[in-house]
Amino acid sequence: MDTVKLTIDNREVEVPKGTTILKAAQKLGIDIPTLCHFELEGLGVHNRPGGCRICVVEVEKRRNLAPACVTECMEGMVVKTNSIRVINARKTVLELILSDHPSDCLQCAKSGRCELQDLAIRFGVRENPYIGGNHEMSSYQVEVSPSIIRDMNKCVMCRRCETMCNEMQTVGALSAIERGFPAVVSTAFNQHLDHSPCTFCGQCVAVCPVGALTEVDHTSKIIRAIADPTKKTVVQVAPAVRVALGEEFGMEPGTIVTGKLTAALKALGFDYVFDTDWSADLTIMEEGTELIGRLTKFLAGDKSVPLPILTSCCPAWVNFFEHQFPEMRDLPSTAKSPQQMFGAIAKSYFAEKIGCKREDMISVSVMPCLAKKYECSRDELKVNGNPDVDYSISTRELARLIKLANIDFTALPEEKFDSPLGESTGAAVIFGTTGGVIEAAVRTAYEVITKKPLPKIDFEELRGLEGVRSATVDVDGLKLNIGIAHGLGNARKLLEDIKAGRSQFHAIEIMACPGGCIDGAGQPQHHGNSDIIKARWEAIYRADREMPIRKSHENPSIQAIYKEYLGEPCGHKSHELLHTHYFDRQTTVEVDVDKK
Amino acid sequence: MRLKVESILAEKNLANDVQVIGTGCFGFCEKGPIVKILPDNTFYVQVKPENVEEIINEHIIKGRKVERLLYVDPKTQQHKEDSKHMGFYKKQMRIALRNCGFINPENIDEYIARDGYKALASVLERNDPEGTIEDIKKSGLRGRGGAGFPTGMKWSLCRQNSADQKYMICNADEGDPGAFMDRSILEGDPHTVIEAMAIGGFCIGATKGLIYIRAEYPLAIHRLQVAIAQAREIGLLGPDILGSGFDFDIELRYGAGAFVCGEETALIHSMEGLRGEPTFKPPFPAVQGYLKKPSNVNNVETFANIPVIINKGWEWFSSIGTEKSKGTKVFALAGQINNVGLIEVPMGITLREIIFEIGGGIKGGKKFKAVQTGGPSGGCLTEKFLDTPIDYENLVAAGSMMGSGGMIVMDETSCMVSVAKFYLDFTVEESCGKCSPCRIGNKRMNEILYKITKGNGTMEDLDELRNLAHVIKDTALCGLGQTSPNPVLSTIDNFWDEYVAHVVDKKCPAGQCKALKQYVIDPDKCKGCTACARNCPVNAISGTVKNPHEIDQKACIKCGTCYEKCKFNAISII
Amino acid sequence: MDKIKSLADLKKKREQLQSNMQLRESGDNVENMIQIKVAMATCGIASGAKQVMETLIDECNKKNIQAVITQTGCMGYCYAEPTVEVKKPGAEPIVFGYVNQAKAVDLVDKYLINNELLEGIIPVNYEKIDK
Repeated sequence: MDTVKLTIDNREVEVPKGTTILKAAQKLGIDIPTLCHFELEGLGVHNRPGGCRICVVEVEKRRNLAPACVTECMEGMVVKTNSIRVINARKTVLELILSDHPSDCLQCAKSGRCELQDLAIRFGVRENPYIGGNHEMSSYQVEVSPSIIRDMNKCVMCRRCETMCNEMQTVGALSAIERGFPAVVSTAFNQHLDHSPCTFCGQCVAVCPVGALTEVDHTSKIIRAIADPTKKTVVQVAPAVRVALGEEFGMEPGTIVTGKLTAALKALGFDYVFDTDWSADLTIMEEGTELIGRLTKFLAGDKSVPLPILTSCCPAWVNFFEHQFPEMRDLPSTAKSPQQMFGAIAKSYFAEKIGCKREDMISVSVMPCLAKKYECSRDELKVNGNPDVDYSISTRELARLIKLANIDFTALPEEKFDSPLGESTGAAVIFGTTGGVIEAAVRTAYEVITKKPLPKIDFEELRGLEGVRSATVDVDGLKLNIGIAHGLGNARKLLEDIKAGRSQFHAIEIMACPGGCIDGAGQPQHHGNSDIIKARWEAIYRADREMPIRKSHENPSIQAIYKEYLGEPCGHKSHELLHTHYFDRQTTVEVDVDKK
Repeated sequence: MRLKVESILAEKNLANDVQVIGTGCFGFCEKGPIVKILPDNTFYVQVKPENVEEIINEHIIKGRKVERLLYVDPKTQQHKEDSKHMGFYKKQMRIALRNCGFINPENIDEYIARDGYKALASVLERNDPEGTIEDIKKSGLRGRGGAGFPTGMKWSLCRQNSADQKYMICNADEGDPGAFMDRSILEGDPHTVIEAMAIGGFCIGATKGLIYIRAEYPLAIHRLQVAIAQAREIGLLGPDILGSGFDFDIELRYGAGAFVCGEETALIHSMEGLRGEPTFKPPFPAVQGYLKKPSNVNNVETFANIPVIINKGWEWFSSIGTEKSKGTKVFALAGQINNVGLIEVPMGITLREIIFEIGGGIKGGKKFKAVQTGGPSGGCLTEKFLDTPIDYENLVAAGSMMGSGGMIVMDETSCMVSVAKFYLDFTVEESCGKCSPCRIGNKRMNEILYKITKGNGTMEDLDELRNLAHVIKDTALCGLGQTSPNPVLSTIDNFWDEYVAHVVDKKCPAGQCKALKQYVIDPDKCKGCTACARNCPVNAISGTVKNPHEIDQKACIKCGTCYEKCKFNAISII
Repeated sequence: MDKIKSLADLKKKREQLQSNMQLRESGDNVENMIQIKVAMATCGIASGAKQVMETLIDECNKKNIQAVITQTGCMGYCYAEPTVEVKKPGAEPIVFGYVNQAKAVDLVDKYLINNELLEGIIPVNYEKIDK
């Protein structure tokens, strides 16, 4: 590999050609401050517009200062990262950014986790000549959607959200609009997010360095629901939450905190603490049966069967195909997502069991996701206007509740989920990462189709963090072609293939977020550290291995509910409670040209 | 003088044979009064009334020129009789504008008759793209869009990168306030751009040409469309041009008029359908341009020079101009100058020659104060730069830049703080908003300038202004951002006293800043007629009949009504 | 229109066009054409060059003057738009500035018909590169 030698702050360093000054400095342990620059190594996310100009450095013989995040190292370059000229420029630029940023940090959702705040502390900004007097500040309407709050007054134009929305997700909901001082990231024609192609995947929120994009916060509603003596509160926790929540309490990324999490929810006062893993197992029964059904018909010669079957547990993905590929909406499984299956069962089977009226039950979900907030507000997932899931809160919101309740999370003794909707398998845990749903489905489908026990439970060929993966699983002679994509841009590639008739897959798993739910938009912020995501990923498979039962159809509680209540998978009752349908939501923007 | 001429003609019974016309300024004031005799174009300078009879007797009646009164070339000391041979008239030289105003732009035949497409034909016949690039390099032609990058170098960089498709792009997104030479060339001589693009395309290995033109130029668009269609019809665009095997065609792309889209990376993004904002270079367009293919972007005026360089040879071209800046430059003269318009002058000419000779001096005989060159990226130059030869380097050294060639002349009534404010208003509006220093910094500088012109500025504000200007120059992403503080810096450097006057004395020396004007009544002159008080729209004037009145400065809105109404000149502006 | 297929073709075409022009310019032809060019760039049109051109055409028709009236680009004299260049056979071309419709009528009556000059003549103030 070609390398170049250069000097940074009087120290020599040799780096591969094409390395940026920022990376070369990191190699020397020099931490050049950045703001807009954002990279998730190994996940194909890289935002470097070179726009904030916080990372400028002095390069000898260069007329102006160079942005370290985009300037490539050259042989013999002499770089100074901390000359007075650099320090003054950086500080002035930061003061400028702060002069157009509200200083209501005390009440900001990002306070303490804000990268701009960190910079202000690091630079010791005490007074700002560009605030006050006739210095104007941007003023935009704050917009609240079911999942995301956009307060563009706090936007610093780092364009990370845009990179996620357009390059990673290919959703195209967000883009910079206007010029000059009013320039800001927004939707086309400043429309409400609901009317845009937004999928509520929330990756914009996940990467926002400041409080411009945040989740809709339901913590106070939860407190009131728990406090209401006339209501029974039922809570479910998604698989990916248990491998990330610990980070909010200073624990190592990848720590599995299932027991403490259960204890915390009980301590908070929820009446019933259940597990979404339980309904993940239920999902496998329904979705797996649907897959086997379609495949059997297909193999019997019926070419009209919609194949490949696409998973449907990711609500952002559901929004994506409804917006972008509505003509293909017969392909995804009609099975509801685990969150909604849980809600449907909680407010029917379980409510009946404990003798509670539907409207007296508050069903809450703890999710690594923001799209789940939108999902539970969908009309078709309500009964007489009463939603199956009343509130969906993120991992971050749960952490806030625990802190608010003065619970010492790390010291909590481990507890177990309540019964009957708390029992689960290893197959359900792996729903939390890319490839997990399809692996769980294959584990069950194999045994159902062949009626033989799996020779090996771990399907390593389905695991990994590459954006698009494929594998062929030998189901006793039947070659099952499996496709996996995470990140909606990667999903788009597979969908375009299907559309063009190039796809050989029988089943495809799609997750909207890079890495799957472990990097969901509701998780603790990783601030671009992909090691955190990898640690969560490993923890998911560790949790799977630690489970005594690792195949969904072997979950005794699932077997029981079919016997007792649902009948058979994809049967009449299941269809009524556990399946849904999709809509054509292609976005058309109507602009009155005459009025303009 | 005119009366004298007419009376002598009448005396000699020549009134019906000779017609006397008063004409506009010949732009040659220092040698006036001037008499020109048509049809032979004889040009008499510094004519006094007593010379009139002699001229009529000798020249008109006897047909002999009065040598003594002819213009003397300061260099050769020879009498020049024909105005076309006079040094002054050689101050302008039309290369890029050679056909503007001569040919019908909608008729390709007229272009061909004036050597049109001859350069393309000879380049194709020579079939040595590298040799042609070498010639362009040797000619010393530099980009006329602003920064002055050597054109030949740009072409050879693009040629070096092999790709299945390359693009030759013409930047016709002229956006500097007051500059319109590109529009003029496209409207007057569209074929020169087409021919040059084909030559460039052949040299760099591009078969596609794109012209990015702002939609606000409908006539230029129309004439380009006509020209492209005509060139296609006779095979000067399209496949196998002149039997050479070289294919080249041109398409138009319309811009929405954003200033920043004149920056080449922003221009390319805009053509791709993306938001028109610049990206960091490298990669340069020569490596990764339009649709990620190697592309070369040149400005209209640059292209207009190419066919002439080929036809007349690089030696000829490089003999014009200064050591590092060759050829001519088109400037758009505007502002407080008599001859507003387009001029084309050899590099190395001085501002004095442009303003006082070609431009005919300052309007209304006022005093010259400054000239702004380079548009929002340039600066204001004062009297001390009037004799500096104009070229790329000298203008930058003087704190301005060539830019696309806007030249706005200001007289003593211009307030330099307001001038800086005007340009910043523009930059604030036109910044793409991508990088923080340009998006927020320029806004803040502008706010400080407003504060100063309102009379609320402090010396600390001036420090802040200077610091911001330097930081923006140092940190902004693209060329536009980096040069946007130039109007502020150059006025601070050259007119520091004027800033201080605004800040410390709360006075606008040019009397332009409304908020700093004060209307005062001289009690000695005031007769107490009450006209001012009766007409004051805000009742700011008090006083009783026949007694001196007084203006309440806090209430006064400086509308000037009292000043106009006073019949005794008792009100003055300080 | 025929395609120009080679350098020789182009040369031939150029010579042909030039000789046509010279024929017009020399004034030897019977028609003795006057050439009038109206600067019709945006600056000229904004100052009324279109109307001026129409007036010139009308007046020449009315007064039976054989003239070739064409549009051309900007001559650079923005301060004096609309500008019109008139080249009479055998004479130097003269550029008239500030030509409004009334002056266009004058131009026809005075200069074209009676060879009288008008006010507002703009001297040629640049060097041409083609000698």
